[in-house]
Amino acid sequence: MPDDTTAGLRLDAVRIRLGGQELLSVDRLVRPGETLTVMGPSGSGKSTLLAYIGGFLDPAFSGEGRVICGGRDIAHLPAQERHAGILFQDPLLFPHMSVGGNLVFAIPRAVAGSAARRKRAEAALADVGLEGFFDRDPDTLSGGQKARVALARVLLAEPNFLLLDEPFSKLDMQLRDQIRGLVFERAKRSRLPVILVTHDAADAAAAGGDVIEVG
Amino acid sequence: MLRFAPLLAIAVLALPVIAGLAGTLAPAFGYLPALGGSEISLEPFRIVLGQPGLLRSCLIALASGVVTAAISTALVALFVGGWSETRTFRLIQSLVSPLLAVPHAAAAFGLAFMIAPSGFLARLVSPWATGWTRPPDWLIVNDSLGLSLMAGLIVKEVPFLLLITLAALPQVPLAASNRLAGSLGYGRVAGFLFTTWPAIYRQIRLAVSAVIAFASSAVDVAVILGPTTPASLPVRLVQWMNDPELTARFMASAGAVLQLGVTLAALLIWFGLEKLCAMATMRLCERGPRFRADAGIRMVALLAMATTAIAIFGGLGLLALWSVSGLWQFPHVLPASLSLRGWQQTLPGIGDPLTTTVTVGLAATVLSALIVVASLAREQETGRSGGNRALLFIYLPLLVPQAGFVFGLKLFLVHGGVGANWAALVFVHLVFVLPYVFLSLSAPWRAFDRRYEAIAAGLGKGRGTTFLAIRLPMLSRAILAAMAVGFAVSVGQYLPTVLIGAGRLVTITTEAVALGAGGNRRIIGIYAFLQMLLPFLGFALAALVPALLFRNRRAMKIA
Amino acid sequence: MKTVLAALAAFALSTTLATAAEVNPADWDAVLKDAKGETVYWNAWGGSQNINAYIGWVGEELQQRFGVKLVHVKLDDTANAVATVVTEKAAGKDTGGTIDLIWINGENFASMKRQGLLYEPGWATQLPNWRYVDAETKPTVTTDFTIPTDGMESPWGMAKLVFFYDSARTDASGLPDSADELLAWAKQQPGRFSYPQPPDFIGSTFLKQVLSEKIADPAKLLEPVKPDEFAGLTKPLFDYLDQLHPYLWRSAKAFPKDYPSMSQLLADGELDITFAFNPAEASSAIANDLLPDKVRSFTFSGGTLSNTHFVAIPYNAAAKAGALVTANFLLSPEAQARKQDPGIWGDPTVLAMDRLSDKDRARFEKLDLGIATLKPDELGPTLPEPHPSWMAMIEEEWAARYGVAN
Repeated sequence: MPDDTTAGLRLDAVRIRLGGQELLSVDRLVRPGETLTVMGPSGSGKSTLLAYIGGFLDPAFSGEGRVICGGRDIAHLPAQERHAGILFQDPLLFPHMSVGGNLVFAIPRAVAGSAARRKRAEAALADVGLEGFFDRDPDTLSGGQKARVALARVLLAEPNFLLLDEPFSKLDMQLRDQIRGLVFERAKRSRLPVILVTHDAADAAAAGGDVIEVG
Repeated sequence: MLRFAPLLAIAVLALPVIAGLAGTLAPAFGYLPALGGSEISLEPFRIVLGQPGLLRSCLIALASGVVTAAISTALVALFVGGWSETRTFRLIQSLVSPLLAVPHAAAAFGLAFMIAPSGFLARLVSPWATGWTRPPDWLIVNDSLGLSLMAGLIVKEVPFLLLITLAALPQVPLAASNRLAGSLGYGRVAGFLFTTWPAIYRQIRLAVSAVIAFASSAVDVAVILGPTTPASLPVRLVQWMNDPELTARFMASAGAVLQLGVTLAALLIWFGLEKLCAMATMRLCERGPRFRADAGIRMVALLAMATTAIAIFGGLGLLALWSVSGLWQFPHVLPASLSLRGWQQTLPGIGDPLTTTVTVGLAATVLSALIVVASLAREQETGRSGGNRALLFIYLPLLVPQAGFVFGLKLFLVHGGVGANWAALVFVHLVFVLPYVFLSLSAPWRAFDRRYEAIAAGLGKGRGTTFLAIRLPMLSRAILAAMAVGFAVSVGQYLPTVLIGAGRLVTITTEAVALGAGGNRRIIGIYAFLQMLLPFLGFALAALVPALLFRNRRAMKIA
Repeated sequence: MKTVLAALAAFALSTTLATAAEVNPADWDAVLKDAKGETVYWNAWGGSQNINAYIGWVGEELQQRFGVKLVHVKLDDTANAVATVVTEKAAGKDTGGTIDLIWINGENFASMKRQGLLYEPGWATQLPNWRYVDAETKPTVTTDFTIPTDGMESPWGMAKLVFFYDSARTDASGLPDSADELLAWAKQQPGRFSYPQPPDFIGSTFLKQVLSEKIADPAKLLEPVKPDEFAGLTKPLFDYLDQLHPYLWRSAKAFPKDYPSMSQLLADGELDITFAFNPAEASSAIANDLLPDKVRSFTFSGGTLSNTHFVAIPYNAAAKAGALVTANFLLSPEAQARKQDPGIWGDPTVLAMDRLSDKDRARFEKLDLGIATLKPDELGPTLPEPHPSWMAMIEEEWAARYGVAN
């Protein structure tokens, strides 16, 4: 089936090194809507793996191996052409923009006209249960609300895959389940391959899918 | 383009220093064909060493460097150790920080008006407490040992070192160390000095060296507060440079080399002191005393810190009052009458110096900001910060005494046919502005959370868009603050402006020092007021613009 | 390409022609024409605000009347301007120099004249307003510190050493009338007298005043100093200073910077007797709220030093025509009368009253010389300035003896 080779995200003999020393190596295919969970202690290089895939590897590290998405190797493309949706521990909403500004910033150029872009952003806000938050200052939102805006922002950019770097670790228990459910549900709905980095076994369980241990 | 930014920065910093040093060294050894010196000789040094009172001039310069650095550093260490993470600390911090913007000359004038026998402090207690109806004949300002000179330098260097220390603080686990040392039974100050200070000191060491270099070679402060019989070496150096006899130029160059030696000696003494202090601390630490009763030393540190701020602010307030006073005789605390005559006489002539000050300052600041931002962007791209060597380059113009190379630089410019023009002045200011802009901006720039950029790239945004839409606005406060620091540095430049401007391009600062010689306190008040007004406007603007731009963004207020 | 070259050649030619066409002070109309649009950089001591304000007024008038822009380059020491010209000459900058006019006299003039740094001889006496100058009763307008001016500097104002005291504090009857009496007075009032630190020129003037009074043969001072005689001839001066210094303000460990600083100290009550090179200084300072209105003047009945101060044009000045127009305007009865007004500056004129028109003479006659200014007949005799070589050697000796703390 063509699905096997072109759909999803394939990590082909990906290795991460720091000063000549290999931190980890991965060789996997993540199918659309599926999640690959990478578990390991701090310093194991699991976040660095995401940086390599996303194209923002710190110059101190080196990486090699192909990252195949939609049938082509994106490992040598500049970060902005890889269309990686990234969620970190912190929501990292741009503090100088409004909530709506954060979302509009993410909408692809193809959606033209400010009215149309605003409409799209408002719909995305409604979709995560935050109607009417468009003009709010992101810093005035609660932790859960920020996490939802961050998710909405990532999805609006129409990414090819999601990179999750312990995105739930700073949320309290109750909120964590809720946001975790929301993220995986949306990822499935959009048929996005997901790579999740975590040290929380509950994250891995909720994600379903394969788990690899590093470090 | 970006690739050449660090090279450009290094060129801007190092070339003038190296060219200037060459222009100083050659005539010092008798070689300057344009003035008829074609043979290498030690004659210039022989003449300099034969100057009366030379040893004393050198010793004053040397002592100014070491003593100023020692007291300023100790004060900052004790204050940070004794008061960090308290409300008092934040209060004093916000009080002391603006002092960085006050040009040295203005601060020196303000201090002189406070402490002179006919100054404000004596007036406050006269005649009711002292019985003085006339000022006592006490040698305070211009004292032979240079104590008021050192005081004037200390009140200006303490804010500088405090700010550098504050920038270094986030990189050490201050709170955790404090708690740990506390739990082991150490007093606050001792705990801080034993655990955290060594790490901080390593980071501010170059800044302390810059303080030594500056203090041992300061001209403007020494002219105002320093001894006159004899004056400290840098002041005499300027006098020799201005001697109408051609041959004096060789001797002055030799004097400039001597100045370099004095500054170097001050640095070497300092490095020795560092070793001694480190050893003493280690010994002390091994013996394990806890120094729990440190309330006294904490109070002293706090009082000294507050005095610094009060001395300058009080002095500047007095200057402002003098600028509008009528006759104001001892022992009156306030002037008998107010008069705008001084301002009326001064304002018509203020246009040119004001324009030069502002345009040169803005140009040097904007250029510096561009070069610094480009260098930092390049560093971020390559992941190479250049480490200590790059830092040394940045500190180079601050470490080499101005008097040691600006004269040589002027020689180069004059013989290169470059007269006193605006561009040359901007270039020379750039040499001194750029390091401060870099030092102010590099910490927040490097502390920027790069995950924001990763997210933006993931959203499909290119480097340019990310830079313009994310990093620049998020760092706007830091960039503008760094530019305000740079502008303040430019406004305060005395020696380079006097030499390169050659009297044709005058700034508020050169006017202030020239007129300050005339002793008319009203005029000094006016110029010193303008001198501090400009940097304050810069800082106000730097605070106001982001505040207005991001008035509804809470998170932008803290950063 | 050819046209470009031709244009360049024409341009080069025109610039050489422009610099080649020297101004001729005898052809005043041409001078005025050349001066229009020029910027004159006038290097003048800038330590006194009322003088700066006066120079500012001169600038406005020049702009309005002759289209000359005047820029006051404020110096703290005239030697700096001499140094600039020296540097330019050494660098081969024989045209287009950065200084067009210098406020000058004494050793600085002597030094520039000796080194060939001045604009041609005779320009000063060709100025149209030279006809008003009093060269008969004021010989110092053509002999500057014993050096003939040869028309290489144009007189601007007269100076005479005058002392001041605050009559509210100090009894006029006990005032000294000679250097010796001043020493006695200082011993009685320790810490209440001082003089600006040489090489400040008022400070050096005080030294020359004492030397002129104490030297056995004053005629020696009018000749260049002979190094082998110097120690013997100046012994009375330095003996005097050795006695005086312990009783000076701050015990001579520090000195005032210049005469305005001394005025400030008089106002503060730190000093009781000060002096300046301008008889109207006290009146002017009172008018400017710098001194209390009880300050009065006195001189020595045996005479005090007197001289003339000038403006000179460097040989490489870029705006010679503008500088000539400026020098001439400074000699105009209008500018001279304004300068003599204590409310403005109070600097005595170099003009001869009997050479002025009635209208111009009236400008001077209506001046109120001020409450603290002595009348011309009260100013006492004048002592001539010594040859400039004395000043340099005295300053050097002073620095070696007293410029190094102990």
